[in-house]
Amino acid sequence: MIGRLTVPRSGWHPATVAANTPETGSAARLELDVEGWPGNAAGQHLDVRLTAPDGYTATRSYSIASSGPATGDVTRVVLAVDRVPDGEVSPFLVDVAMAGDRLEVHGPLGAFFVWQPQPAGAAEPAADAGVDATVRPVQLIAGGSGVVPFVAMAQAHADADDATPFRLLYSVRTPADVFFAAEFERLVAASAPFRLDLVYTREAPAGWPTPPARITREALAEAVLPASDVPLIYVCGSTGFVERVAAWLIELGHDARSIRTERFGGT
Amino acid sequence: MQHLDGNALAGALAEFFSFDVTTAVARCNGCGAIDEFARALVFTSPAGTVVRCPSCDHVLATLVESDDRAWLGFSGVSAIEVRRG
Repeated sequence: MIGRLTVPRSGWHPATVAANTPETGSAARLELDVEGWPGNAAGQHLDVRLTAPDGYTATRSYSIASSGPATGDVTRVVLAVDRVPDGEVSPFLVDVAMAGDRLEVHGPLGAFFVWQPQPAGAAEPAADAGVDATVRPVQLIAGGSGVVPFVAMAQAHADADDATPFRLLYSVRTPADVFFAAEFERLVAASAPFRLDLVYTREAPAGWPTPPARITREALAEAVLPASDVPLIYVCGSTGFVERVAAWLIELGHDARSIRTERFGGT
Repeated sequence: MQHLDGNALAGALAEFFSFDVTTAVARCNGCGAIDEFARALVFTSPAGTVVRCPSCDHVLATLVESDDRAWLGFSGVSAIEVRRG
């Protein structure tokens, strides 16, 4: 299946910051106008390179919250960057970068952690098309800023009015830490089947049925599609979060081959 | 030590290869496991990057970079399958 996905060729591209707006108390939504960007599939990432006046460079990877083909010479690409205390790149992107600033980006990168809508007319796979062609439901599981690639996937799913059942389990510290809250509200209401389950780990909204707590195996089992549905599962978050969740998924009977992970380190 | 996934190396490897290495399938010459490179375990440090087999922890590959050159080792990979097109 992976080999049949077509993703544009990567390369280095000059980019201009079009907008930098607070996403949460610790994160910013960064919209970049990227020259020569070839378009990207939902779930891909890019590398941002900053160059200091003395020539020192620092490069970091960020998931892309947008997807789609190129829109001419310049294409708008959306990131959401969480500030890593003592980080070299993220504090600049979150707190300092402003409209008009120039950066270099390398991408689009990675054809593994991507989701693409079913091509039009492919909703009913041919009888002889084999197991690959079966439309499997999709379960997305995000820890904190690991939700960014899933914004792109859910948006691509809604834009294509794709019939694949989609569920997102999103573990987040507090209601104020939810990324793309307005977008998710629209995605839940869109006609493409999308369900959002939130788990609050430090502070829950008033009247929330469960007290805030780190996700447990039991909570995971309740909120994700069962192994009998044979979902494709994408997990993105800190290394610790992904390790815990992936191990539980295996215990819950999911096949390791059905699970794709993207760890971004950290705690 | 915290590790990342093989897909995190897409950018670093795209500097040297014309295909997306992370979706290529590699065979570990430690245990024979066959897996997408994206599923490998990636350990990074200021000295360089070590890629390990997710099945047996055998070192598959190493990447060391300086300002003007890079050293790529694939000591633990016996074969790579690359999809065309």
